[in-house]
Amino acid sequence: MRATFVASEVGGGLRRNLTMTLAVIITVAVSLGLFGASLLVRAQVGTMKDFWYDKVEVSIFLCGKGSDTPSCSGGEVTEAQREQIKADLEALRPLVEDIYYESKTEAFERFKEQFKNSPIVNSVSENALPESFRVKLSDPTKYDVVASAFAGRPGVDQVNDQRVILDKFFRLLGGLQLIALLIAIVMLIVTVLLIVNTMRVAAFSRRRETSIMRLVGASNFYIQLPFLLEAALAAGVGGLAAIVALILMKGILIDQVLAPSFQFTAFVGWEAVATIAPIVFLTGVVLAGLAAFFTLRKYLRV
Amino acid sequence: MILFDSVTKLYASQTRPALDDVSLEIEKGEFIFLVGPSGSGKSTFLRLVLREERPTSGQVWVLGKELNRLSNWKIPAMRRQIGTVFQDFRLLPNKTVFENVAFALEVIGKPSSHIKRVVPEVLEVVGLEGKEQRRPDELSGGEQQRVAIARAFVNRPLLLIADEPTGNLDPGTSIGIMKLLDRINKLGTTVVMSTHDAQIVDQMRRRVIELSGGHLVRDQSRGVYGYSR
Repeated sequence: MRATFVASEVGGGLRRNLTMTLAVIITVAVSLGLFGASLLVRAQVGTMKDFWYDKVEVSIFLCGKGSDTPSCSGGEVTEAQREQIKADLEALRPLVEDIYYESKTEAFERFKEQFKNSPIVNSVSENALPESFRVKLSDPTKYDVVASAFAGRPGVDQVNDQRVILDKFFRLLGGLQLIALLIAIVMLIVTVLLIVNTMRVAAFSRRRETSIMRLVGASNFYIQLPFLLEAALAAGVGGLAAIVALILMKGILIDQVLAPSFQFTAFVGWEAVATIAPIVFLTGVVLAGLAAFFTLRKYLRV
Repeated sequence: MILFDSVTKLYASQTRPALDDVSLEIEKGEFIFLVGPSGSGKSTFLRLVLREERPTSGQVWVLGKELNRLSNWKIPAMRRQIGTVFQDFRLLPNKTVFENVAFALEVIGKPSSHIKRVVPEVLEVVGLEGKEQRRPDELSGGEQQRVAIARAFVNRPLLLIADEPTGNLDPGTSIGIMKLLDRINKLGTTVVMSTHDAQIVDQMRRRVIELSGGHLVRDQSRGVYGYSR
């Protein structure tokens, strides 16, 4: 093995095929960039789920004066009912992690605080808001257990799971991620096709060399290596560009633009970028290498 | 060195075999002329020896190996012991004489110290000393063929296959090339040369193998080109 010889062959090949090489680099960069972005969105959804599921509560609203659900036909919740609900909630530990009782007054205070800049505050009286139990679950996905135990029982107006609202939002993000992933896959297919074609052109433009190499007994490995390295190198450069794009996405789009405007939620950290970057890079290089390998097997036969 | 045992080669697209039940043996150190009209099977014969084709039936033995049973990855090692020369020289136009010969060594991973030593040696053998830095387009046809022969011979192969090496050259130049091939033969390399050049065959008086329509029609030591044409 003579490294300098192989290196000069690779360099020569890349220069001779400059436009094709550039095309490969750009498509690899774009497809891997999208691929990385979709992975980043997925990581973001994961981060937000962790953040929000930790905070969501199941609210059990108790019957007030104006409630008109069938379970409230007995009128306002009685002291006994309230105590029974509390006891039953306690019985559900450890699924029930935390129980907090919010009285009408407290609900009203919180409401005033939340909407302090809105004229709606003036139109709501202290008694209009229902009292409730706020329940935090150790496993937020087990909402059904609580819902089936309390929904419809006398004195309980409604059982609400905040997760339902969040899930809509996560589904939206999931959809975005899926779209980015689909585009990335299409782009990766385009990239593979382009590499196949590039290798075919490269093999053809060097058919004199390769035919002589075959005749003098160069091994297949030695004949194909410069081509493989060329493809891997182009893909590697494209992959690096994609990683730079990923870093910019995190450093500028997320940290500088999104995070300051949406302070109520958490965003992915750099460790997500650190995990995604090698995946993206290796995907590019391995894919290019495989595409080149199978093309060359066809065009550079012994 | 080379043994053909009832070798038949039928190409997929043709009904008549390119070689039909050919059996012959070539000993180490021989100089063989392979003659016959175009389409008689000479090229197929040489391609079978180089294992660029496999026989449809029969066995081809080269350098003690049965090529059908030789796995793909061993072919390069086998070809390193065989030099090849063609009518159209097959030089790399963007490389100098020295680089063209060195290329054959570089691609089989020989160290550059070895290359720097043996390339000038072989260029001297073929009579191209002082022309190391020329490019193929600055050389005459005969000189280009000498570069090709140097490239084929630089590994000191046991067998040299020459496919009409004088086909593109004028008679005077051809004689020089033949003298060179004769010299290489005398250095111990078996030479198998296909040719249409009656004059050369008649002058050299070596073993002549004649193919016609895929059949072996003549195998004659110290032969001439042919009675009829």
